[in-house]
Amino acid sequence: MSILVIAEHDNLKLKTFSLNVINAVSKIDSDIHVLVAGNKCENVCKEVAAVPLVKKVLQSNSVNYENFLAENLTPLIIKLSEKYTHIIAAANTFGKNFMPRVAAILDTSQVSDIIKINAPDTFVRPIYAGNALATVKSNDKKKCITIRPTSFDPAPSSGGSSPIEKVDAVDAPNISKFIKKDETKSERPELGTARVVISGGRGMKSGENFKLINAIADKLNAAVGASRAAVDAGYISNDHQVGQTGKVVVPDLYIAVGISGAIQHLAGMKESKIIVAINKDGEAPIFSIADYGLEADLFEALPQFLEELNKLNTIQK
Amino acid sequence: MKILVAVKRVIDYNVQIRVKEDGTGVQTDNVKMSTNPPDDNAIEEAVKLKESGKAKEVIAITVGEEKAQETVRKALAVGADRGIHVKADSYIEPLGVAKILKKVVEKEKPDIIFMGKQAIDDDCNQTGQMLASLLGWPQGTFASKIELQDKSIHVTREIDEGLETIEINLPAIITCDLRLNEPRYASLPNIMKAKKKPIEQLIAKDLGVDISNRIQQLKVEEPPKRKGGIKVSSVAELVSKLKNEAKVI
Repeated sequence: MSILVIAEHDNLKLKTFSLNVINAVSKIDSDIHVLVAGNKCENVCKEVAAVPLVKKVLQSNSVNYENFLAENLTPLIIKLSEKYTHIIAAANTFGKNFMPRVAAILDTSQVSDIIKINAPDTFVRPIYAGNALATVKSNDKKKCITIRPTSFDPAPSSGGSSPIEKVDAVDAPNISKFIKKDETKSERPELGTARVVISGGRGMKSGENFKLINAIADKLNAAVGASRAAVDAGYISNDHQVGQTGKVVVPDLYIAVGISGAIQHLAGMKESKIIVAINKDGEAPIFSIADYGLEADLFEALPQFLEELNKLNTIQK
Repeated sequence: MKILVAVKRVIDYNVQIRVKEDGTGVQTDNVKMSTNPPDDNAIEEAVKLKESGKAKEVIAITVGEEKAQETVRKALAVGADRGIHVKADSYIEPLGVAKILKKVVEKEKPDIIFMGKQAIDDDCNQTGQMLASLLGWPQGTFASKIELQDKSIHVTREIDEGLETIEINLPAIITCDLRLNEPRYASLPNIMKAKKKPIEQLIAKDLGVDISNRIQQLKVEEPPKRKGGIKVSSVAELVSKLKNEAKVI
């Protein structure tokens, strides 16, 4: 068996979720090759080559790969796929975008968003927003898989020195064009990988009130999340959304504020190590999965929370 | 311009899922079914394009058992012109569904295909991309805004880092995010009118495409239950527990 992992990066740096994917696939086979397709992405290749679990880095440079358009990446991955039994990427908006395109051309039924590897052909994946877990066996010869990165630890990132092999770019179909990316810039840690996440829901009542959450996030070095209700109400932008249709997070500490706990929100956070719920409705479903529940008006509780944190001598970062 | 909208019938998003005791799947008997939520956004966007005069015809299509027709009927009630129901008696994987849709696309020749970005039952997030790939068309996945140009569409996509805007040539496939629009409700007169709109029925296994499933479902189980915790009586107690008991701050 041999595995091709498609690395996620921004042409300058490797995204850490690629390390989670590399670690996950090492449970399938040790023959792991990583494709770094991009434009002027030499640094990324060096980073990947230093990952001890990686056997070979495939570097493909082209302006056509600069923005990772699925239409352009697909023919390259198809061409390389011949030598591999498993083609794998992260189950985030990067991997979800192109992997089904690759699978369709290879006439393979993709296995999406796996959280556990039982055997090289048998995987566990959540269905119905994580309310059920399906164990599935792929009978396709070549397997296309996306992996939920937060379900696996990242691979060690230094000490290796695998060879970097250049592969030619493949002609792009020229049917799509990148225009722009509006990245949400934040000093805070990324939502997907933060150790602490504090999220606000409809109970926040306004976007302005998220300053109460932000103050605590700054204190705890936490990422700020939100429920779909808060996003739909326009309190905060969608890239903060945690849930079935947003991001899946698995922090050490998740603080849900003014969030009732709809099924689709729980899908995105219920694997968190410690869950805190602050809600004035004692019957809110969020309390049934919270390790620590505080039945209180958030507009009183949050300022008190900040005050209590200020009293602490040390706070883990 | 002609638009095809693919919709799927799924367990309603408000239903608490129950896993069958024999581990073969989830309970679907006597459970409320609805249109997959982002598919409602897909229909809405298509109907809006028709109302603005940019599209001439909107066709709603579904693949599924007899009752899946209800989702097509609902699409007709909010403004689709006609429907297609591809009858299939059992679950077909996204790859099979994409092949079926391709067959219909070759006959209907739509300029744009809309569908939800993901079905909330199997959570696969594949069909739109697979169909685009099989057709050799570009795709605008997770779309939260579209702007129709002369021969292309500008699509704003919800990605992990924020928003991305791409331009894709027509014909194209758009998979819709819940933020694309606010789906309307069907009015009673429109529901009545929809009953007279035609729904063509096709049989999946007669379409001449390989729809065999490649993935074997070995078992379905409930996720490990999270133990309920405790309620604390004050913020001070909460912070103390987090610091000294859970040791997370």
